[in-house]
Amino acid sequence: MADRKATPLWDRKIVREAFAASLTKFDPRVQVKNPVMFVVEVTALAVTLILARDLYQGHMKLAGFEFQIALWLWFTVGFANFAEAMAEGRGKAQAENLRRTRTETQATLLKDGREITVPAPSLRRDDIVIVRAGQIIPGDGEVIEGVAAVNESAITGESAPVIRESGGDRSAVTGGTAVISDWIKVRITANPGETFLDRMIALVEGAQRQKTPNEIALSILLAGLTIIFMLVCVSLYPFALYGGTSLSLPVLVALLVCLIPTTIGGLLSAIGIAGMDRLVQHNVLAMSGRAVEAAGDVDTLLLDKTGTITLGDRMASEFIPVGDVTREELADAAQLASLADETPEGRSIVVLAKKEFNLRGRELADKDAEFIPFSATTRMSGVNLDGREIRKGAGEQIVNFVRERGGVIPLELTPVVERIAKAGGTPLVVAEGARVMGVIYLKDIIKEGIRERFERLRAMGMRTVMITGDNPLTAAAIASEAGVDDFRAEATPETKLRLIREEQAQGKMVAMIGDGTNDAPALAQADVGIAMNAGTQAAREAGNMIDLDSNPTKIMEVVEIGKQLLITRGALTTFSIANDVAKYFAIIPAMFVLGYPMLQRLNIMHLATPQSAILSAVIFNALIIIALIPLALRGVQYRPVGAAAILTRNLLIYGVGGVIVPFIGIKAIDLVVAALHLA
Amino acid sequence: MRIGIAVRMTLVLTLLTGIVYPIAMVATAHLLFPRQADGSLVERNGEVVGSSLIGQNFTSPRYFHGRPSAAGDKGYDATNSGGSNLAPTNKALIDAVKARVRALRESDPALNHDPIPVDLVTTSGSGLDPAITPAAAAVQVPRVARARGLSEATVRALVAAHTSGRTLGLLGEPAVNVLELNLALDALSSPAQTAAR
Amino acid sequence: MLNAIIQVGLFTLIVTVVSVPLGLYMARVFRREPTFLDVVLRPLERLVYRVCGVHENTEQDWIEYTIAMLLFSAVGMLLLYVLERLQFYLPLNPQGFGAVAPDLAFNTAASFTTNTNWQAYAGESTMSYFTQMAGLAFHNFVSAAAGIAVAIAVIRGFVRRSAKTIGNFWVDLTRATLWVLLPISIVLTLVLVWQGVPDNFNTYTHVKTLEGAEQVIAQGPVASQESIKELGTNGGGFFNANSAHPYENPTPLSNLIEMVAIFAIGAALTHTFGAMAGDRRQGWALFAAMALLFLMGAAIAIRAEQRGNPQFTRLGIDQHASATQSGGNMEGKEVRFGIVNSALWATVTTDTSCGAVNAMHDSFTPLGGLVPLVNMQIGEIIFGGVGSGLYGMLVMAVLSVFIAGLMVGRTPEYLGKKIEGREMKLAMLFILIFPAVILVPAGIAMVTKAGLAGISNPGPHGFSQVLYAYTEASANNGSAFAGLNANTPFYNVTLAFVMLFGRFLMKVPVLALAGSLVAKKSIPPSAGTFPTNGLIFVLLLVGVIIIVAALTFFPADALGPIVEHLALATGRLY
Repeated sequence: MADRKATPLWDRKIVREAFAASLTKFDPRVQVKNPVMFVVEVTALAVTLILARDLYQGHMKLAGFEFQIALWLWFTVGFANFAEAMAEGRGKAQAENLRRTRTETQATLLKDGREITVPAPSLRRDDIVIVRAGQIIPGDGEVIEGVAAVNESAITGESAPVIRESGGDRSAVTGGTAVISDWIKVRITANPGETFLDRMIALVEGAQRQKTPNEIALSILLAGLTIIFMLVCVSLYPFALYGGTSLSLPVLVALLVCLIPTTIGGLLSAIGIAGMDRLVQHNVLAMSGRAVEAAGDVDTLLLDKTGTITLGDRMASEFIPVGDVTREELADAAQLASLADETPEGRSIVVLAKKEFNLRGRELADKDAEFIPFSATTRMSGVNLDGREIRKGAGEQIVNFVRERGGVIPLELTPVVERIAKAGGTPLVVAEGARVMGVIYLKDIIKEGIRERFERLRAMGMRTVMITGDNPLTAAAIASEAGVDDFRAEATPETKLRLIREEQAQGKMVAMIGDGTNDAPALAQADVGIAMNAGTQAAREAGNMIDLDSNPTKIMEVVEIGKQLLITRGALTTFSIANDVAKYFAIIPAMFVLGYPMLQRLNIMHLATPQSAILSAVIFNALIIIALIPLALRGVQYRPVGAAAILTRNLLIYGVGGVIVPFIGIKAIDLVVAALHLA
Repeated sequence: MRIGIAVRMTLVLTLLTGIVYPIAMVATAHLLFPRQADGSLVERNGEVVGSSLIGQNFTSPRYFHGRPSAAGDKGYDATNSGGSNLAPTNKALIDAVKARVRALRESDPALNHDPIPVDLVTTSGSGLDPAITPAAAAVQVPRVARARGLSEATVRALVAAHTSGRTLGLLGEPAVNVLELNLALDALSSPAQTAAR
Repeated sequence: MLNAIIQVGLFTLIVTVVSVPLGLYMARVFRREPTFLDVVLRPLERLVYRVCGVHENTEQDWIEYTIAMLLFSAVGMLLLYVLERLQFYLPLNPQGFGAVAPDLAFNTAASFTTNTNWQAYAGESTMSYFTQMAGLAFHNFVSAAAGIAVAIAVIRGFVRRSAKTIGNFWVDLTRATLWVLLPISIVLTLVLVWQGVPDNFNTYTHVKTLEGAEQVIAQGPVASQESIKELGTNGGGFFNANSAHPYENPTPLSNLIEMVAIFAIGAALTHTFGAMAGDRRQGWALFAAMALLFLMGAAIAIRAEQRGNPQFTRLGIDQHASATQSGGNMEGKEVRFGIVNSALWATVTTDTSCGAVNAMHDSFTPLGGLVPLVNMQIGEIIFGGVGSGLYGMLVMAVLSVFIAGLMVGRTPEYLGKKIEGREMKLAMLFILIFPAVILVPAGIAMVTKAGLAGISNPGPHGFSQVLYAYTEASANNGSAFAGLNANTPFYNVTLAFVMLFGRFLMKVPVLALAGSLVAKKSIPPSAGTFPTNGLIFVLLLVGVIIIVAALTFFPADALGPIVEHLALATGRLY
């Protein structure tokens, strides 16, 4: 697989740039988009003003404490900025990779029958360009004439060239890829700046990132919690007054900032950007973050049999002679009939005969042979050689062929044919003149490891449905061998669309992978439509993701990334809220030590002094953001086990862990603070 | 339109739940349980002396005393039910309880060394608690026996007879109804007193 | 110890056994399926609709439903205010009580309309029999019925698919009154009379006590009001001492029955929910979470009260439990209930929005008093107020499901309904309003002369009194740290508004939530869906509930009961 390598987490260049970027993010106009961190910034400003006043009035003892609180509050905002800038920086690095594919090229524009050389960025939608061997394709488009070998390694990392031709399902080309043989005429399909690549670059850079639905819901939760804690802190002032304690603003602010969910609030956008980044690492381009999130929710996955579940081509796996024919005779006849057959099936017959009976391929040209190619009307192919008429083809057609020549159909033929069909194979009957020789068992080869992958999908809660044009018998056999949950046989292109609508009517989310023009409506209808990069332009425009590797099983990575995105947010939210327990135990006794000395009993961490307790909690609160940046960028590990098992595991780690960790952290910081006589 | 429905609904349901229902219940209650419906009043010699459910003030050493009461100014005011509502950390509560303990010990020197059952020195929730605990009754037996010239055993037997255990052996707490016990005491004592005169 | 386990266990068992058939019965009632009471009630119901002009087959969307609910409450509140002000001129006033003062009348009208039944007055010396019946008992019925109606509407929001309407408020209100509240109240009333609760229109009885003193004993139609007061989790006592009064709650058996009545509908509604959702285990999951929280609270409260007041021990007072006394902190408690039933009742009455008391919470030990306070701060969703408990719990379930959904990597869904931005907004609004209307006014009270003037117990307990008052008002509970002198214009007015906000500001978002959910498609569950009918969900739900309440109220509670507890332990008095 040609996955892009993730940039190392603490890449020096990215860190340096992120550091600079995090300074500009202090701009309140930026912060206001994130209510939690905005509150921190406002309070930091307030404490700084108080500090200035106390410095001016010469309350040096107070000022020392206030200075440290203010400093750490600014750090809290800064760390959150840094996390976001890190994610954006890593995204930018990815975007650079993507951009690099679009080196400045010249395009040969066809206008009014003349060829004009223009710079690639000046191309508009519906312009026609011609690209010859050795040239770079100047933009995303569709081949309208010609056929060429194209090297797409710039975007896929795969160096083997692929064929792109007009008509058919392999007509789409991507800007930045190189034509290495022949020539093609391409109709440009996107204006500059609007290509898929451009949109993805914007997404990973975080520039025009729109909040996804789930992120919006979570932001509301966080904003709600922030308001609740503001109420708590504001009302605490009069409550404390009754008990004889006059709380100072810096102390109240310290409590507030410790309570509001700064950890998740500070890392939220970093998590989202990092998710996009991971997607690009898997060579998938998404139209929106919403699509990625939706991928995590997919209930039903529609898969084409061919190319996804089975290798695209069937292989001959067995010669079954009938009547008095020997296997070797059958193999020989089959090989002869296939010598001129350049299809993969044909070649596999030649190979099998060679393997089993060491029959050498002979040159037909030597023997005055007449090759009969396959046609849709005869539905058989073969060879006329030295008066022998050898044919292979579908059972019914061969039977007619033999009968026409006065032959008799052996009784054992029908059972053999049926047995093969039932087993999911394709029977190919071979005859020579009026004599039925036997049957070639063409087998669908299930991709290796596909069964395990479906099991993994099932564990994720997804149902897989195989779509195939095969008859129900064959389809059922392959479905059970591959381990899909359901199948639709004898499917037409409309079947997919209908199936998606049926599933959606039940409230399910459907994902599908497609490449052909036929697939476009279904891709558009599906909640998650992944188009193969090698597919048609229509398909690519209908989907909301493009897989640059054109690997149909990529959906699994996409789903995992979608889920991981949510899990990371959930885990850090839980962690953030669970942290508050320890912070209360640090700050509450410290706050009221004057009015109610007996509250010292709640100082179960035995923090040195009230000031150091408060300061330690604030420092912990700031440092934990930095500590969790790697987790936010890499994402919480996802395992395809049942939902309840995932929840239990994450609750234990991030819920229970979130309660325990700050007790240890705050105590440790307090020891340092006390040792350094900071408070 | 909507207001019309709201007003009519209010009136109809007021009639049903606020007038028909309570009046029907009062009538049915008197039909089935007339004594309880009228407040479980207790008569002696044709005169109502109280309700078996409502405690009353007893100060004479000849009677078993109920719990201290915070209902009304003098206690056991059945038009003014309620507790002291003093907090456990309120000095006023501790002082009041201290005073009650002292008064008890002064009234009966025999109590000087025994711990006092808690219900005897704390006010009840209603201020009308008709009962005391068997423990609180037990510590009063010597005083009452002395004041009435009865043997402690006689009085103790009477207390036992008026002690109700937990309902079905499970619910609530054992209790001694003070009014009923004192009525029984009077009933026991009066012939003797008459004879003495 | 054993005694406590037996009594609490027996109570829990009875509640569980009663709740199932009652819940299934309610599901039938609100789906308008036939019940055995139809013979009598159907004609009556039709008559009510004809008189009131209700079209029983027309359903309402959430806005219509909300408007109907609000209008009905407003008219009822106005009527009660008028009754209180005019009671002198109205019948059934044998004691000749005069008009109730305007601020107290407003407070009481708000209190009973909101199902709070906070009483800043003493019933036996303020309200005429007519006011008690037509004004207060009426609200005991309809505020409960309105609560049930809203809960049913919210359930419909969850279980209906791609629909627009959530039922008809007038129909739900009528059916809740006729099929649920009235029949049970009638039976309950007679059982209570049997146990000794009076039910009459007599003038107050004058008696000559054994010692020759005069005692006046208040009377009245107590039993008929007592039954609906508990069943509808209203809690407004006929008498000042509420269910501590021997006439309201004469025996341990009446005490048990009243406690079961308090829990019955709230517990049963979980099963109604399960039945209407087509998955009974969904109901059981909520029931289990509630039961768990209830038992935790009861255990802490009983233990705290049983340990008694350390100050008493120093005075030579016996607080040990024995065969002849319950021991413990008996200040403000009745002998027939002892420690177990007093602490249990305090837990039950604050788990729900009932607020009836059989012992004085103000005199509880600090930790014993913390349990009722926290129960209310949790939002009274432990079985809860009739209706309000269930929809409050459903909002917490939505919040839990959201967090759980994130953590399993799937857009959160509850009963197949996706929880998205709009739902979170409404849920957070619901969760946010609650502390806002507690903490802000309590803060004001602590710095104003009028607020501080009400405090009767000095020291941290004084703060607890104020915190408790605004907590119960917001939660529509109605119980009190009753030493607080709250019958003043400041408290009457602020508490009245807090009660109204706590009830109606929270009902609107919850109905909007129903309106938002009802329109959604329902997604069939898959292996990736987090199941909301299992143990993990129950534990998560309990955890979320405790964490939300603890984070919101810990600082305030620390300055009240917790500091008082530490003070008591060190012998500090105020």
